[in-house]
Amino acid sequence: MPGNYLPRASFQALLETLQQTGYRCVGPQLRDDAIVYDTLRHVGDLPRGIRDLQAPGQYRVEKSDCPRFFAWANGPQALKPLLFAPQEFLWKTERAADGRLRFVAAVPDAVPTAVIGVRACDLAALRLQDAHFLKDPSRDAHYAARRERLFLVAVHCTRSAPTCFCASTGDGPRAEAGFDLSLSELDDGFLVEAGSDTGRGVMARLPLEAASAGQTQTADAEIAQAAKQQTRKLPSRNLQAALFANLDHPRWVDVAERCLSCANCTSVCPTCFCHSEADQPTLDGAGSVHARQWDSCFTQGHSYIHGVTIRADTRLRYRQWLTHKLGSWHEQYGRSGCVGCGRCITWCPVGIDITEEATAICGDTTHV
Amino acid sequence: MSDPHLPSEAEIVERVQESPTIFTLRLRFTDPAEHAAYRFAPGQFNMLYLYGVGEVPISIVSDPGDEHLFDHTIRVVGRVTKGLAQLKTGDRLGIRGPYGRGWPLKEAEGRDVLIVTGGLGCAPTVSVINYVMRRRERFGQLVIIQGVKHANDLIWREQYERWSAVKDTQVLIAADVGVQLWPWHVGRITELFSMAQVESSRAVAMMCGPEGMMEVAVDHLCGRGVAENAIWLSMERSMHCAVGLCGHCQVGGKFVCKDGPVFNYPEIKTLFRAEGF
Repeated sequence: MPGNYLPRASFQALLETLQQTGYRCVGPQLRDDAIVYDTLRHVGDLPRGIRDLQAPGQYRVEKSDCPRFFAWANGPQALKPLLFAPQEFLWKTERAADGRLRFVAAVPDAVPTAVIGVRACDLAALRLQDAHFLKDPSRDAHYAARRERLFLVAVHCTRSAPTCFCASTGDGPRAEAGFDLSLSELDDGFLVEAGSDTGRGVMARLPLEAASAGQTQTADAEIAQAAKQQTRKLPSRNLQAALFANLDHPRWVDVAERCLSCANCTSVCPTCFCHSEADQPTLDGAGSVHARQWDSCFTQGHSYIHGVTIRADTRLRYRQWLTHKLGSWHEQYGRSGCVGCGRCITWCPVGIDITEEATAICGDTTHV
Repeated sequence: MSDPHLPSEAEIVERVQESPTIFTLRLRFTDPAEHAAYRFAPGQFNMLYLYGVGEVPISIVSDPGDEHLFDHTIRVVGRVTKGLAQLKTGDRLGIRGPYGRGWPLKEAEGRDVLIVTGGLGCAPTVSVINYVMRRRERFGQLVIIQGVKHANDLIWREQYERWSAVKDTQVLIAADVGVQLWPWHVGRITELFSMAQVESSRAVAMMCGPEGMMEVAVDHLCGRGVAENAIWLSMERSMHCAVGLCGHCQVGGKFVCKDGPVFNYPEIKTLFRAEGF
């Protein structure tokens, strides 16, 4: 039986194999004191010996002695910006001198991309974004083109941030499915597993060695430890009924006094899908480009309709977000829209904690 | 249409000024094959695109059986509609659609039809009225209840007068502020509900307009024994994409653009009166 252990010294072979297969590699790297995903050319660009310190309203990175590339929980981005672009053109209009209009669909910008270092929560969020953007008859051509050309290298989490709660949503810390390859990171190397035929093809070209039973045990124990580290949790039941039964709960007023309605939470949320569309005329007057960009239910304009703003204040906007994320998602996509990544907690400037708000409003009992 | 986002070019064949702020555009796709293939149901809407400005969702008021043109009646309320109002016969705009679920016209056959509308809510319901009028023998009583703020706001006045003369048809109109020779009620639309001559057990109600008005109408109808699932409402929310992707039009788990805009009352009952949805 061929081995499944990739020594750390051979990690560059994974990048090169993917590049030779035609993929642009994207992976985590340290930039502006945060771990972000961008084009990855060399293993040396990975955030080796970097760990993150997260808390409500707080994100810091610091150096550590750990030789690992992925010994951190997550950064502000998930897969979302790679598939659902923060801004992109949908179509353009050309106007002839006689006033005739011609509409031209934008060709999806979709370079085959391999993402290295995908977390379990990100894979869960991807499944939800797939359910939203790939549903017929309104399948989104731009999202679909990128999705079809995506190769995913997951990394099981061995370290949870204090803001992580994926164990309670059932989405991590082990990446169970939806990847092409998965990696368990050990001090000296990686245990590799294939999750698709494409993944098996790539795996066959890697300089793998036999893994020992001890390595597998260590890897499993570290993932289990990451789950145990988590202190936050969402009530595990479907909260839709409880949230909508508590629309007048005083906690909405309380949270609105803290919330800045800044939309950071919806930007970092890996499942939030709201976007606006707007026309951008070219300066020569001969054309106009129709673009979409991420929008947020925390903005004044999100619910505006000819003179009326349905959600004029922060209380109604936070309530919209939470009742949708943890409530209406069940009706729309068969599960909660939260995957437990904790980003909305970390990146909230005032540290509002979704698990705390949901528990305060719904209670943590098993009854509605 | 292969790309749900991409508009097609349409030409303004006729433009009618209905009131100082309301106008109707009669349109035709410039591609004859596309025009011939275009189908819609009353209650559905199109996205109208004004070059260089943007799109607005507007319901279709014409009859689906009219193969020549399709009509949109528009009130000037914002950036795009203000610009659309400047267009003239022969000008081009973009159209994509139709979108959404229309009125339950098949289910209404053989039953009394009660239309309740306020403001420009009449535009989506006029498509139903015209539909019933042209197929009058398939329906029971037709009662049209329309409310306007000022008597001068009533558009299509001659049409209402014509409809009121049709057999088994009752037209009840209220203006908060009347004018001389105003033949209808002066007061609130809600004062007309009890005058509607429909058999509660066989009535189907279809309404569109301000939600406050629809709330009162729903209460009245339920109070007189009309079943909740015989009440249909056309809802309005912000829409950018019209295909259930952009998220603006959500009411709870419903996307107004694709699950509506016409809803059966029990579908939206729990959030219908809730602030902020």
